[in-house]
Amino acid sequence: MESELSSLTVIFTEFYYWVTVVFMFLIHVGFCIYEVGVSRRKNHLHTLMKNTMLVPLVTVTFFLFGWWIYFAFPNGPWIIGGLVDAPWAVPWSELMGAHMGGTPAGDSLSAEDTMFWARINGVFWAAFLLFSWTAASIVSGACIERIRSSAFWILAVLIGSVFWIIDASWGWHAEGWMVQKLGYHDAYASGVIHAIAGGFALGILIVLGPRIGKFRDDGTPRVIPPTNPWFVTIGLFMIFTGFWGFYAACNVPIIDVQDGEGVFFSATNIYLAPTSLSAITFNFLMSLSGGMMAGYIMSRGDPFWTYSSGLAGIIAASAGNDLYHPIQAMLIGAAGVVVMYKLHYWVEKTFKIDDAVGAVAVHGYAGFFGVCVAGFMLWGYPSSPNADFAPITPWGQLAGAVIMFGVLGLLPGFLVAKLLARRGLLRIPAVVELAGLDVSAEVEAEQQRRNLGRAEREAIPSVISDA
Amino acid sequence: MMTGSFENFAGTITDIGPLYPFVGSEMVMCIIAVAFWLGWHISELRIEKREYEAEVEKFSDAEEIQRHLDKRAD
Repeated sequence: MESELSSLTVIFTEFYYWVTVVFMFLIHVGFCIYEVGVSRRKNHLHTLMKNTMLVPLVTVTFFLFGWWIYFAFPNGPWIIGGLVDAPWAVPWSELMGAHMGGTPAGDSLSAEDTMFWARINGVFWAAFLLFSWTAASIVSGACIERIRSSAFWILAVLIGSVFWIIDASWGWHAEGWMVQKLGYHDAYASGVIHAIAGGFALGILIVLGPRIGKFRDDGTPRVIPPTNPWFVTIGLFMIFTGFWGFYAACNVPIIDVQDGEGVFFSATNIYLAPTSLSAITFNFLMSLSGGMMAGYIMSRGDPFWTYSSGLAGIIAASAGNDLYHPIQAMLIGAAGVVVMYKLHYWVEKTFKIDDAVGAVAVHGYAGFFGVCVAGFMLWGYPSSPNADFAPITPWGQLAGAVIMFGVLGLLPGFLVAKLLARRGLLRIPAVVELAGLDVSAEVEAEQQRRNLGRAEREAIPSVISDA
Repeated sequence: MMTGSFENFAGTITDIGPLYPFVGSEMVMCIIAVAFWLGWHISELRIEKREYEAEVEKFSDAEEIQRHLDKRAD
């Protein structure tokens, strides 16, 4: 690195993203604990392993093609241009591994590429990867207790390493076509992560159907209460904690944002527009608070919904949380919770959708709402520092919300689930669902306990004689 | 024998590029990784299908399911 200042900037950026990744790991721990807490005891192991194994599968596929998609697809491709060359992000690139930034070994990279990406590529890849886990994990919760793990893992790879990263390339990239043409603005991913994952989950749920016993013969829903409310609340608290890392990871920590003479170092959002950690800290906490307060009133103090509403409050304000006033963030968070709570029960009752953890509501509806509200609240704001790009408008945001939730979320989720269902690979056989998804493991454990008990009884005479 | 692309850390550090061994074999490693990933999905689909078929056979008797449900409150 050519100067002390640029070296420090790069090494600070490397460390910054590394810290966000560690924080974001808590999101996944939280999701696992939360899902196990919601599931019935007979399904605990299946629920845990279904979510856990998305970690390696999405990681490997995000290495193989997800990271490349982000840099290659900002133009669609073929919406406003072709594929963009991204030699540092293809899985066979020398920059997708330990590298000192020196002379490239191959011809596809320039010395500039290696100098810039050698220390940033791994941590930046990991930050996006943790968003991928989150997207897949959101889907996981919605379909617990009846989806086959093997089917879910295919769907997890598709949402985690294909569809969400296409939408990120379109609407969460400084040069994305949605940013350029629609003025799409979604600084902390109301639509880019949450609406798309909620839509994808809804598409699957339509095909998957409800758990046995969820609806009475007259169509009214039964409540299947969480087995362990303490796990649910601890899990959600952990997701809150990880969400801090998520917010920080959505920023670029330090770059020169001065246009023209002079230098001004600042953090920026993902569109490279200046912001600060201080601004998003105000808004994160105020939208969390607005969401929790609304959720408590709406659900009459139900812990599951109060905690989930904290998340939904943040998600509803996230699209514009780089620019909102904290009181605006609080009110938008509260309004988003009212909308998502009402919609959840209306959809459940009207369409018999069994969303076991409220994921479609908390992420999908609140995310969709958040993208649309930002269109009105930030009407006329620049969507990016590039003056040639379209400004933020309600219609640009509405179109963006439809693309995120519907086109890249619900539609592919529905179609792939339909394909898996047709091959008999989507849903667990009904008798196994009734007996419990852990039934074989339980029978085996019972046998092992019996064997051990027998061995201990047989050991009694020799133990007594030795004594 | 040397698997790396540099001999020591002396001299100009910026002359050093990739740190991992067997530089030049990246494409082969990618093909192996894709095969490992796809193979994993295929074998998991097959194993899971077999396991569910065995469980369906075992629990096709209503009394057997009832016995399991009775053992649990949930």
